[in-house]
This record gives sequence, structure tokens and C-alpha cells, in this order.
Amino acid sequence: MTRAAASWRRLPRPGRAGLVVVLLILAIAVAGPWFAPYPPDASIGPPFAPASAEYPLGTDGIGQDVLSRVLSGGRSVLLLAGLATLLAYAVGVPLGLLAGYSRGVAGAIIMRGVDVLLAVPALLLLLVLATGAGAGAVVLVIGIAIVHVPQITRIVRAATLQTTGRAFIEAAEARGDSTARILGVEVLPNISGALLADVGVRFTGSVLLVAALNFLGLGLQPPASDWALMISENRSGISIQPWAVVAPAALLAALAVSVNLFADGIAQVYARASARRVEASA
Amino acid sequence: MSARAAITVRGLRVETTAGDGVVEGVDLEVAPGSILGLVGESGSGKSTVALALLGYCQPGLRIAAGVVEVGGEDLLALPERAARSYRGRVVSYVPQDPQTALSPSQRIGDQVRRVLRRHAPERDAPETVATIFGRVGLPADAAFARRFPHQLSGGQQQRVAIAIAIACEPSVIVLDEPTTGLDVITQARILEEVRRLGRETGAAMIYVSHDLAVVAESADRIAVMYAGRFLEHGSTPTILRQPRHPYTAGLIGAIPDHRRFTRPSGMPGVAVGVGEWPAGCVFEPRCEQRVPACAVQEPPLEAVSGDHVVRCLEWRRTPAFTRLERLDEQVERHAAPLLAVDGLVAEYGAGGARRGVLHGVSLTVDAGHSVALVGESGSGKTTLARCIIGLHAPSAGTIELEGEGLAPRARARGAEARRRIQMVFQNPYDSLNPRQPIERQIAWPARRLRGMSAAQAGEEVGRLLETLRLPDRSRSRYPHELSGGERQRVAIARALAAGPDVLVCDEITSALDVSVQAAVLDLLGELRADLGLSLLFITHDLGVVSAIADQVLVLDRGRICETGAVRAVLGAPQADYTRTLVDAAPTLQDASAGGGS
Repeated sequence: MTRAAASWRRLPRPGRAGLVVVLLILAIAVAGPWFAPYPPDASIGPPFAPASAEYPLGTDGIGQDVLSRVLSGGRSVLLLAGLATLLAYAVGVPLGLLAGYSRGVAGAIIMRGVDVLLAVPALLLLLVLATGAGAGAVVLVIGIAIVHVPQITRIVRAATLQTTGRAFIEAAEARGDSTARILGVEVLPNISGALLADVGVRFTGSVLLVAALNFLGLGLQPPASDWALMISENRSGISIQPWAVVAPAALLAALAVSVNLFADGIAQVYARASARRVEASA
Repeated sequence: MSARAAITVRGLRVETTAGDGVVEGVDLEVAPGSILGLVGESGSGKSTVALALLGYCQPGLRIAAGVVEVGGEDLLALPERAARSYRGRVVSYVPQDPQTALSPSQRIGDQVRRVLRRHAPERDAPETVATIFGRVGLPADAAFARRFPHQLSGGQQQRVAIAIAIACEPSVIVLDEPTTGLDVITQARILEEVRRLGRETGAAMIYVSHDLAVVAESADRIAVMYAGRFLEHGSTPTILRQPRHPYTAGLIGAIPDHRRFTRPSGMPGVAVGVGEWPAGCVFEPRCEQRVPACAVQEPPLEAVSGDHVVRCLEWRRTPAFTRLERLDEQVERHAAPLLAVDGLVAEYGAGGARRGVLHGVSLTVDAGHSVALVGESGSGKTTLARCIIGLHAPSAGTIELEGEGLAPRARARGAEARRRIQMVFQNPYDSLNPRQPIERQIAWPARRLRGMSAAQAGEEVGRLLETLRLPDRSRSRYPHELSGGERQRVAIARALAAGPDVLVCDEITSALDVSVQAAVLDLLGELRADLGLSLLFITHDLGVVSAIADQVLVLDRGRICETGAVRAVLGAPQADYTRTLVDAAPTLQDASAGGGS
């Protein structure tokens, strides 16, 4: 607990605000469904009913309660975006480490593959994938992971390149340590700063891609309650009942901004810590 | 004297923005044409004083009090704009690292003219640049002035930096470690140049360095700094022959000298950092002649004789300075060498860009012996070390350990061969993993190469920490929490954890302060005796060689030009290159005899 408190004190103010909002949205997404006044997928009133005591945020186009759908619609976005980001790191980090460390053929092959993927526009790739393999959560997660992998690989590779020339890596090589140990124990902890600074951007990117695909109807399908899907479903009624669009849109925007603020804060704390380490060695 | 002084500093105090002192109560005067040497170890505040002489301080610091008077004007009282017109014109600065101080994208002639344009537009002409280059020993032709910094050698770059500093004929020149990072031969030439320029231009010079021997070769007077203060200040021969402050005496005793074969002795304790200044005398915690009063009262600068002043309550008790003779050399050679390198050829790059670094180097290291490999940067000495431990594959030649050939790459060698040869790297700031606690880093080689269990390795770490005189609580520390000397000892402990027979030491003391270097050298000498360790000691510093080596090999551009017993090689060098090296290496001997400056 004291460690958590110390970390909190070191976090710059925007980072703290970001963390609070992220936790708040997480809480809504996780616990929201239990507080929903109505089932999220039941028509319980007239379509596009304005906000009232009965329906605090009104109803949507088919008479479902907007508040209940907002409270239930966060899980899918966060879960899918989180899984996609995780998967992207699980693939991208080892590839980047290997590409940065092995100066031979393996590195060249990895980087050329990365170049090819980078040349394809993200949304186009996802559209092709969704039309080819069918819409659905699994395709969504894998597709978004594929979009992130090349960038993660490049960042990890650049950071690894800077580390591999250092004497403690050479000491490990002279000891005959395995490549896996050198990468995992000697290199990875020393590039985690560069990775951390980037996680926020990647996660936000995932959230926006999930939202975009759901909005385009290539991800989750209608009866599901989902913030992005809600925006898509209700945009025709935006002039009559704006809440059905504004509430989920605001939450998505707040999530994107706060995750970035928090990630930047962490990166700053980390940069300061390593600056201290550098100072101590100057 | 004060009427004639080119620069006068009184009561200078620099502190951090948080209010911790960095420099305290510094007074100095330098007469035109004379050189003041400012000596101190890292963290002593010497560079901060150097910058304050220009009325400047680094971000995070501020000049809290004091007067810096140049030509009757107090630089510190001037507004920043006015102070700028003084810098480069009246007081100029030669930085430590010309590689970062010169703009890489501007021709060197233009960089000199930029200063002229700012301060002396009437002299801004190519001819002026040629004249100035001529004065610092650079080619005076126009083609040379059109070069970029990267087309010059390190020595030439430093001469350009000096040319910029003297361009406007300032009355005060501050040189901050101008020869650190240069080869000894280049260093000797630059020092000569600095002395000559001092005489010719009549400028007052302040020469800042961590290296007392270098300062002793050029300065008329020396001020010794510690924890932001002058501890002792006097003429060069006086300071070197009759140091009255125990710190000065310790500093001189810590410097190995290739002309004398002394045993350098380290100083106990660690230098105090900013924000840790004790209440009384700043040196009290490390002092061997302290009395209770030392902890209470900061001693004033007291006159010993004439203009020799010392900040010590007990200076009368400081013992007369003596040196310890070194007597532990192994001279008898064994029949069968432990490590034998034969006809080693190594190159970097591939195809047409191939560049030879070693051209058939052969050497042997006997069991229990210490062999020094001496060479300047670019001589290939680090490449040789990398070949021996299997980090660089040689293109020809053999490396044998007790008669058995070793594979070129460490991975291809047996675990036993990797265990028996260990290397300690040059820079302890780079050779330890910053994100791993010390214990794990020392324990791993024992587990990996000696097959120890985690528990056994843990005990081994305890023994090694004790052997290297590191406190047991360093176990859980991370490298950045340790001082440079402690870090290098951890690096040595990590190498010893493998239980090696040969320890390859690549410039292992060059990143350390002299007092720390002395302690590390002392420790290595002990380890040799206790563990029967053989050392291959790679260095450019002949003083270090005289303190630790039995045999010497001199490496000149990838070829060995001289080998022999240490006293024979350093005492009566045969090869021309060795002779140049021995003559160029700074020594305290001449200066303390009064022959210097």
C-alpha cells in the first residue's frame, strides 16, 4: 500500500486525473450491468423517448433503455481492446527483441515482414479480414493485433538495438548465456520504459478500432449492447434523442483521453527515474 | 598582487535551487600569464567554479553569493545580456569534450569567425582564422579551415576549441578538463601548447582537472577542491612536496607514478555529495587525524607560509609525505604459460570496408602473473581483450588456455573455458544491468558456470562482497545506488564469481577517481596473491602499469612493439614509440622537484 501511495505521489497531476477517470470507466464497465435498471436488450418503452425520471437517459430507436445499455456496453469494448493489445504485445515484443538482437538473417526477415504490414492501411486490412473471415469478436481481436504488431516490433527493435551494445550484454554473451535469457533478463527490463510510454497509445488505438469496426457493423452484431454499436444504431435519432449517441461517445472519448494521460504520466515517472539513474552514473 | 590580478573571486557560493551548497566560500586570484590548477575528484564542484568564472551556472544551480571581478567589473553583478558580451571576449572557456562542444554541421573556420563576428567584427576575416590556427599548432591554410569537426582527430578538435577560446584575446581563459579523453602523447602536446599560450598571450588561465599529475605539469599554483571548498592552495612545488592537508596528501599518495614504482594507497571512505555536507570539516568523516573539534567547527583557511593556505585544524600534525615502494613483482617466468595468444589478426567490417585492427599479435600470460597491455586509443587493445574472451572472432591466429585451443566465439567454447577466463569491463556504469539487484548479478555466473545451487551462490555472493569490501547490504541494491568505485568492485565480484584463472581487465580504472583507482588496484594486488589469479591488464596509463604489472607489452597500431619486465620497459624503453609514451606520460616527479611549469 505504501508503494502504491509513493507511486501516486510521483505521478504528475494530469496522470493522476487520467488514472481516476480510467478507474471510473472501468468500474462502470465491470460493475455497470448490475446497476442497470432494465435489461439492456429489452424494449421497455417508446422509441427515442426523451430523458425522464423513468428513463434517466431516455430510450433508443427500438425503445431500449439507454442508461442500461450504457452501463452494459463498456465491457465488450474494454475486453476486446484489452485482448487485442495484449495479443499484439505478446507477438510484437519477442519479434522486436529478436530483430534487434540478432544481426543476422532472422532480423532482416522479421523487419521486411513488418515493412509489408506497415504498408497496408489499418482499416483496409481489417475490412478485408472481416469480409473474408466473417464478422465476430475473435476476428476483431486478431485483426487489431495484426495492425499493432509491426509498430510494436519496430519500437522494441529500436530500443533493443540501443541496449545490445552495452557491456552488461557483452558480459552475458561472454558467459555463454542463452539468447532467451539475454533477451528476457538483460534486455527486456531495460527497454520497459520505451514500452510503457507506448502502451497507452496502443490501447487507445485498439479502443478506437474496436469502436470503428463495431460502428461499421463488422464487429459485434446488433442485439449486443456496445458503446460503439449504440452510436451507430442511434445516430439517425440524434436530433430527437441525443443522449443515445452522446453518452456512449462521451465515455469512449473520456476513455481514450484518460488512458493517454495516465500512460504519459507513467512514462514521465519512468523517465525521471532513469534520468536519476543516469545522473548517478555521470 | 590584487592590483595586477586578471581575475579575482571572493566569497563565491553556488547552490542548488533547493538551497544545498555546491560551492562554498571560494576565493582566488590569478595574475596575467600565470596558470592556476583547480584539482578535485568528481563531485568536488570544480567544474561549477569553472563556469561561475564566466558568470554562468548549470540549470538547477544558482550563484548565491560572491564576486567575480575581471578588469574591474563584477561579472556576477551584470545583467545576463551584459555578461554575455564578456564571455568569449574577456573570459573564455575551453570545454571538456570538443566532440560535443563543436557544432558538427559547421566548418571549423566559421566557428572561429562566429566568435570574432560577435566580439571583434573588425578582425573577422579568413586571415585572422589562419593566424589563430597557426598559434594553436593547426595548419593555417584555407582548406583546413573549411573542414568539419568530424574530419579532425580528437587532439585537433581540442585545438580548435582552444582557438575559439583565444580568438578574441581574452584576459582570462578557463580550461575545463581539456585533455581528458585524449591520448597521453596528444595530451602532452596540448599541455605544452597551453603553457606556451599562457606565456605568449599573457592571459590568466584556470586549468580544471581531476588529474593532479596533469595539472602539476602546467600550473604555477594549485588549489585542491573537495566538497565545494578549497582545502589547500599554494604553489605547485609546495603542494606536491609539502602537502599539509590530509586530503591533498592522500590524493598525491593515490597517484601511481611510472617513474617511481610506488604502491598507490587509497583513501578510506567515500566523498561527500551535494546535500550531505557535514557540520564541521567536510573531510572529517574520512580523516585519519581528526580530533573532536573537527566535527563541530569548519576550519578556516589558515596560512602555513607565504601564500600556502590550508583548511585544516590539525595541519601541523599531517605527517611528512612518504611513498611506499612497490616490491611485489613476479619476475621469474614459467615454462608453460597459462594463456597464450599467437599470431592474432583481427578486423572489423566486411568486404571492401574491412579494416585491420590487430596484425599478428602474440603474447603469453603465466600463472599468477600480471601482464599489462599498454596502448593508446585505436591501438587495438580492447579488440584483443574481446578476442580473448570470445566476443570478437579473429580472422587468423590462435588463443590457447593451458595448451588447449579456444574456439573464436564464446558460445562455441566449453563452459570450463568460459569459466576460467573472465573479463572486467572499462565502464562500471555500463557493465552492470541497471535493472537487476547486485546479488542476482553476482550470483548468476556462479550458478551458470560453476553449477552452484541458488543457496550456494547466495553464500558465495556474501564471501565475494566481503572480499571486495562491499557492505553486505549492497546485495539488494541496484547499480545506480552505488558509487563508481563500488560499482567497479561489484563488476570484479561478478567476474570472480565464476572462479576464473585469468582476469582480463580492460581499462577498469579509467572511469574512476584516483583515490578510488588506488583502492581498486590495491584490491587486485591482494586478489592476485590470495587467489593465484593471473591478470591481463589493459590500460593507457603507465602509472597504473607501474603499480600492478609484472610484464609489459606495448601495442602500437595493432602490433606489439616492445615487451619485457615492467621496470626494464618503463625504466629504459627500447622502442621509439615506448620512449615517446614514457616521456609524454604525466608525472609528479618533475613538478615536485620544482622543474615543472
